[in-house]
Amino acid sequence: MQFDTPVTTNPIDRLKVVGQPIPRIDGPLKVTGRAIYAYEWHDPKVQCAYGYPVGAAIAKGRIKSMDVSGARAAAGVIAVVTAPEVGDRKKGKFNTAKLFGGNEVQHYHQAIAVVVAETFEQARAAAALVKVDYTEEPGVFDLAQAMQTAVKPELESGDPDSGAGDFEAAFKSAPVTLDQTYTTPDQSHAMMEPHASIAAWDGDELTVWTSSQMIDWWRTDLATTLGIDKEKIHLMSPFIGGGFGSKLFLRSDAVLAAFAARAAGRPVKVALPRPFLMNNTTHRPATVQRLRIGAERDGRITAIAHESWSGDLPGGQPETAVMQTRLLYAGANRMTAMRLATLDLPEGNAMRAPGEAPGMMALEIAMDEVAEKLGIDPVEFRIINDTQVDPEKPERPFSHRDLVGCLKLGAERFGWNGRGRPGLQRDGNWLIGTGVAAAFRNNLLVPSGARVRLDAEGVVSVETDMTDIGTGSYTIIAQTAAEMLGVTIDKVSVQLGDSRFPVSSGSGGQFGANCSTAGVYAACVKLREAVAQKLGFNSEDVLFEDGEVRSGNRSVPLAEAAGPDGLVGEDTIKWGDLSETHQQSTFGAHFVEVGVDAATGESRIRRMLAVCAAGRILNPITARSQVIGAMTMGAGGALSEELAVDTRRGFFVNHDLAGYEVAVHADIPHQEVIFMDETDPMSSPMKAKGIAELGLCGVSAAIANAIYNATEVRVRHYPVTLDKLIGGLPDVA
Amino acid sequence: MKAFTYERAASIEAATKAAEANPEAKFIAGGTNILDLMKLEIETPTHLIDVNGLGLDKIEPTPEGGVRIGALVRNTDLAADERIRRDYGLLSRALVAGASGQLRNKATTAGNLLQRTRCPYFYDTNQPCNKRQPGSGCSAIGGITRQHAVVGTSESCIATHPSDMAIAMRTLDAVIETVNADGVRRSIPIADFHRLPGDTPERDTVLEKGEFVTAAMLPPPIGGKHIYRKVRDRASYAFALVSVGAVIQSDGTGRVAVGGIAHKPWRMETADAELPKGARAASSVLLSDARPTDQNRFKVALVERTLSAVIAEAKG
Ligand SMILES: Cc1cc2nc3c(=O)[nH]c(=O)nc-3n(C[C@H](O)[C@H](O)[C@H](O)COP(=O)(O)OP(=O)(O)OC[C@H]3O[C@@H](n4cnc5c(N)ncnc54)[C@H](O)[C@@H]3O)c2cc1C
Ligand code: SF4
Repeated sequence: MQFDTPVTTNPIDRLKVVGQPIPRIDGPLKVTGRAIYAYEWHDPKVQCAYGYPVGAAIAKGRIKSMDVSGARAAAGVIAVVTAPEVGDRKKGKFNTAKLFGGNEVQHYHQAIAVVVAETFEQARAAAALVKVDYTEEPGVFDLAQAMQTAVKPELESGDPDSGAGDFEAAFKSAPVTLDQTYTTPDQSHAMMEPHASIAAWDGDELTVWTSSQMIDWWRTDLATTLGIDKEKIHLMSPFIGGGFGSKLFLRSDAVLAAFAARAAGRPVKVALPRPFLMNNTTHRPATVQRLRIGAERDGRITAIAHESWSGDLPGGQPETAVMQTRLLYAGANRMTAMRLATLDLPEGNAMRAPGEAPGMMALEIAMDEVAEKLGIDPVEFRIINDTQVDPEKPERPFSHRDLVGCLKLGAERFGWNGRGRPGLQRDGNWLIGTGVAAAFRNNLLVPSGARVRLDAEGVVSVETDMTDIGTGSYTIIAQTAAEMLGVTIDKVSVQLGDSRFPVSSGSGGQFGANCSTAGVYAACVKLREAVAQKLGFNSEDVLFEDGEVRSGNRSVPLAEAAGPDGLVGEDTIKWGDLSETHQQSTFGAHFVEVGVDAATGESRIRRMLAVCAAGRILNPITARSQVIGAMTMGAGGALSEELAVDTRRGFFVNHDLAGYEVAVHADIPHQEVIFMDETDPMSSPMKAKGIAELGLCGVSAAIANAIYNATEVRVRHYPVTLDKLIGGLPDVA
Repeated sequence: MKAFTYERAASIEAATKAAEANPEAKFIAGGTNILDLMKLEIETPTHLIDVNGLGLDKIEPTPEGGVRIGALVRNTDLAADERIRRDYGLLSRALVAGASGQLRNKATTAGNLLQRTRCPYFYDTNQPCNKRQPGSGCSAIGGITRQHAVVGTSESCIATHPSDMAIAMRTLDAVIETVNADGVRRSIPIADFHRLPGDTPERDTVLEKGEFVTAAMLPPPIGGKHIYRKVRDRASYAFALVSVGAVIQSDGTGRVAVGGIAHKPWRMETADAELPKGARAASSVLLSDARPTDQNRFKVALVERTLSAVIAEAKG
């Protein structure tokens, strides 16, 4: 199905199942431990061996020699596979650093060997016996230094620079201006389930159980890395314990498992130990961001510039932190620019809301600062600068944009009016403050396929290689099929995450929900046609309702229509140019109340509210869960998360979950989420948009702004920890 | 983790004898620290002597009017004990400020005292660390040091002792009771139990090889307001950046020990004497020899500010 004109009415609009607060259909499997995750896959007939990875002990250089004799001789060891032995391999399309193979070390904890043994403990013990002689080379690990030599990068898509009007002139003549630099640190995905894979060879055919957000990308890149035909690989990832972007691209666990299984002559399972999450896999790169904003005294922005510097390994990409600034606020004179430095740290790559998350962390503090300079309420200041068109290309309207609605409703529900001036509210030992930020994230469209079967029992089964990374894909896909075929959700079974199924959008960039359900919609349309055709109905006026197919005064139960052999519909949704003629984005507003301990400077969040405008909400339970999860991640990002870089040795030092502090339950107060009641007919037949990343964009800035309101201390360098506050807090002695 | 053998000791004597017989042996109590360290091969005992089930899990009154806390009393049980909560509230509060409910259910009194530093370089066997591998150098110095010590440091090591419980015990003047394989008993005041790193940071305490902790004794209750204030980046499940354990009497006199700033619970009787004058006076004594790094200089101000909040709370 080609989607190239805005939708009118379709069967989804009935909203009998779609849009309903249906609890996750895979919930019972998860809470009873019957959902099988990659590392847990088990067949009593198959004796898996255990692989344990060895990571490079240096940040940059070459392996001179490796002595694996001790490991080979250790108890239970079946095989040892080393990177030099495997030799240089073709890299997957989506990988910047190589995952395994060759003598070169590009970053700390890059995989250089895998040890296979009968038990996990034996493999781990033997891995510690691998001796490596390196030639170390000096590397560059400090962004503050490396940004001096940063260059204009080649982007995968789009231009690193953009502009309209004459920024410099407008900024110079603006009566109120801000010119500030903000920094965001390297962040880790820190999802619960580590990267894990089981690989099993049968002749030249490979089966892999893994934890992947994008089945087809993994399969293709794994084939490239192994140098085999993609068709020879069968990949499965039915359940995923979180990803946040860390499992978008093929990772070393799958590659090591494949090599190890070949060497061992039997299936091998490999999980990456927790420290590998930080230094072996990818992370969200740190940024340095300069914002300049010029405004008239009435609050209208006349000039806005956003520049961002980040670093990555050679061949990598910048963190696209300026993207939202091209679209979020009006202003005739503008410019953005991204510069990329070479760093020899582990690979920087996508983490939940790449670009916008750190970009909004900076932009939305800057907006708060300008509002204060103007003496205009920050909610009002954002409303004044709303735009209904792409400000760089005013001929391009937004498909649907209700930022103003979010801000207004949020202000009302939060009780924003009457907010105090900075540093004045107190509750016992707590300094109290409130903060606001806009939320913004683009809506991306990716082709997505599905196959839908109807059987003689009237059961509908959906097959697509879409993944459910904890988001609720199983449920919203079942809702979509149920709505399209006029059955209740218990009549739908959903199978996901298998490379034998049609290629879907996968889970990333908050495109999964809208695109994958649109793909299921398309397949259901095909199936409806097949049903109508079989019954000799005119497919135009057929109604699928209450488990029956109706046309005129005829009605046939679905089961009967399916016949003994059943019927199948398969299709892929493809996207026309609606997203070029119109800008598709999602919007929201975050409101936060914090308390800052007047003595210690500890910041604790007291209330959070998010209002989101993101098209049709397919399921308010799963959508809310995405937004509160994102708000929680934003709380960690605001207050504690930071990969600490040892700039001498070139690695992230706090490489476990004790040292890398994500928010815990005690950090998270009551969270309220409100969805605007809206649809976007240009986004897809579902009229839905992404929500999962929107919830993160802006929330950290709202927290930082609330801390400023509480303390009158403006912190521009995340995370906003107490050491950056106490110097400016009232004297207590 | 290196392969190891395991035995369940039948008596204290058997445990100490087993330790004497094998210099590579270690005791295991709750296992919440030693097992993590073994998995990372930071500790590599070849033999584990399980000391659970030796009847050392009791909290008993002493003839002097104090309490004797068995070495194997779980942190959860100790924190919940009625007498502890009534007479030694500081200890109870410090315990529940540490780790998580699940960990405290396993963690023991002796194990808590003997837990090792959380210096991230200590945890990464690719990095030089004098505490883990004597003579290899200290990676923290010149590196990431936000969590590290500001007082009592040396050229060899700037690690902190991470225990919350130990701060309370230091304030309360606990005495640690031990016995060795020859049956020789020692009563070690907690002030002398943990060491400063000096040039032997590999030794955290004055315990001799194979010496076994049997109990921690608390002297009779001293009254006063018991306050434990732990300062950290997130609200729970994090080690202290700074913590203050204090007992403050109604006349403003009292005692204070500080955590998160040194290789041992940091208390100075000369600082206690300044308490009636206020936080600034007391903390300037406590930190008079502070040698912070650029990354942890904030702790100097933080100690004073936290202590001041504690004194204010005591006046309440
Ligand atoms: C995730 C996490 C978070 C934590 N957070 C905190 C925190 O916030 N605050 C805090 O204070 N602690 C914290 N801890 C540490 C925790 O308190 C310790 O792990 C625990 O107290 C150790 O007790 P254990 O009985 O399990 O010791 P074990 O691990 O069994 O033993 C520790 C050491 O003591 C020795 N030992 C044990 N018993 C004896 C004995 N009777 N005589 C001689 N030697 C003995 C062992 O040989 C070993 O060397 C945390 C731990 C974890 C894993
Ligand atoms: S501070 Fe101590 S524990 Fe940390 S690296 Fe240095 S010697 Fe090791």
